[in-house]
Amino acid sequence: MKLLTGNDLKTGFVTWWTGSDWSIHIEDAADVGEHGEAILAVEEAARRVNAPYIIAGEKTADGPRPAHIKDRIRALGPTVRPDLTLKPADPAAGDWVI
Amino acid sequence: MYKYDEYDHAMVAARVAEFSDQVKRRLAGEITEDQFKPLRLMNGLYLQLHAYMLRVAVPYGTLDSRQMRMLAHIARKYDRDYGHFTTRQNIQYNWIKLEDAPAILADLASVEMHAIQTSGNCIRNISSDQWAGAAADEITDPRPWAELLRQWSSFHPEFSYLPRKFKIAVIAADEDRAAMRLHDIGIQIVERDGVHGAAFYVGGGMGRTPMIAPLIKEFVPLEDMLSYAEACLRVYNRYGRRDNIYKARIKILIHELGADEYRRQVEEEFAHVKSLGIDPPKAEFDRIAKQFAPPALDASAPDAIDRSDPDFAVWVDQNVAAHKVAGHAIVNISLKPIGGIPGDASSAQIDLMADLAEQYSHDELRVTHAQNIVLPHVRKADLYAIWQALDAAGLATPNLDLISDIIACPGLDYCSLANARSIPVAQKIAARFSDLGRQKELGELKLKISGCINACGHHHAGHIGILGVDRKGTENYQLLLGGSGAEDVSLGTITGPGFDEDGIVDAIERVTDRYLAERAEGERFVDTFRRVGMAPFKEAIYG
Repeated sequence: MKLLTGNDLKTGFVTWWTGSDWSIHIEDAADVGEHGEAILAVEEAARRVNAPYIIAGEKTADGPRPAHIKDRIRALGPTVRPDLTLKPADPAAGDWVI
Repeated sequence: MYKYDEYDHAMVAARVAEFSDQVKRRLAGEITEDQFKPLRLMNGLYLQLHAYMLRVAVPYGTLDSRQMRMLAHIARKYDRDYGHFTTRQNIQYNWIKLEDAPAILADLASVEMHAIQTSGNCIRNISSDQWAGAAADEITDPRPWAELLRQWSSFHPEFSYLPRKFKIAVIAADEDRAAMRLHDIGIQIVERDGVHGAAFYVGGGMGRTPMIAPLIKEFVPLEDMLSYAEACLRVYNRYGRRDNIYKARIKILIHELGADEYRRQVEEEFAHVKSLGIDPPKAEFDRIAKQFAPPALDASAPDAIDRSDPDFAVWVDQNVAAHKVAGHAIVNISLKPIGGIPGDASSAQIDLMADLAEQYSHDELRVTHAQNIVLPHVRKADLYAIWQALDAAGLATPNLDLISDIIACPGLDYCSLANARSIPVAQKIAARFSDLGRQKELGELKLKISGCINACGHHHAGHIGILGVDRKGTENYQLLLGGSGAEDVSLGTITGPGFDEDGIVDAIERVTDRYLAERAEGERFVDTFRRVGMAPFKEAIYG
């Protein structure tokens, strides 16, 4: 699957294209398939998200999972500060990254 | 400490106003990211993995308690309650919102700080010896010269768009505590026939092509220092490569020209530059130097230290250094607790260090390139009270220059350039060697980790260096041995095939075990490595 991601203009937070809008939660990310470039062009023009780009991912039981570790760390947060991730209450959340 | 004059205040205030307007236009969608990016970078604002990152300059690593408290305030109000002290004596915040950036810069300006020239292809923050003004081995305080260079390089119209970034370090002691020869220009204030001058080493650096700066000029009279630096930069600006980012640093130019030819061109340029009169009049330098006058220290203060508390005694032995004035000491605060994140400090810890500086260290602190903090002017009689306060705040780890005093870049946990995580590796190594007796048995051992080839973690200069790479989508760690950023400067050599995260920790243990088996009396790790060479270590690592 293909995912579209970038950083929110105002906050800089990692954000994922849901099919109609942006979400900070990777679980909400939509498979953009072959439409990634077109969506990217529209969203770049909208200037809500910085430097959006298309990445490879895979479908899992828990939702989309980026293929590369860098994007998995982007999706969760720093592995060395679980308290600052999007899942601070889940001590095993980092396992998803590795 | 240097205090801003009206020009400094006006320059920084104007920049805050200018950047505030640029941010406003960006948030309103009036300018694109491509247009905005160079503007934000000029103000130290990067976009990293999770958010914007703001890098704040700490000129030559020196700051007072008011400034340190402001760093804590920014961490608390605008970030996530911590900051990260860097290998260039700066501080970074990892969770900045764009809309807050103008307010942060205004807050910084209110205490004579800024984030100007902490990014971009310009002359970056001037770094220096963290013990400047306190070390017994220095011939003078190098910071007035660093400040002069700061003023010269700030908004320098000719050097705002260099081929690549440019880093300068200034020291004034034979012991190099600033990795001087691994800078684009390293200046050592030296003495000849009772007169001070500047030795210019040019063309050093780390990154993907590490080089040790050759000596370009043995003795530049200090009244010519700015002109000579200008000449060095002009030759680089004219001939440095702009067509290939990987060959754009001055080290490549000097390597390709040869040091002799580069020197010839600099001398030719210097003859011209000197006629322009850019060196300041003596009165102006004296005005600057006066602000670095040593604090009034009582040399009759008690020299004895009550070492009856064994934990305190251990800390004194490891983290306290000799001061040039009797009865005083230099306190090195380790930001490397076992299991912690190298260089990180919470706002409460930053505030505490500010309080201690105000109460016990003539209101001065230093940030070190090894990502620690220094209280430079402390009475020995106050050491116990300082240690108690640090200990209560988790800041009394007695590991300065030991294997757990690890330099580590933010790595893939934060940095968009990184290929591998640095911090978890540092944490695992520190945990493996957590026994202090074992660390002390190993002695001085500088371990440095970078998460990519850009070498922000100085891995080339580590007695043991680790470089994180991406091998087919997984993190892999190369091991280097034999580097040094000190006066015995050298570049580490890769041992062989890399390791995974746990494998690199095991490999380091095999290296240190072999060192203990091989070392001769009084040898540090790097001494033994230089004597016996790579072979025994390779055998220990790979069999």
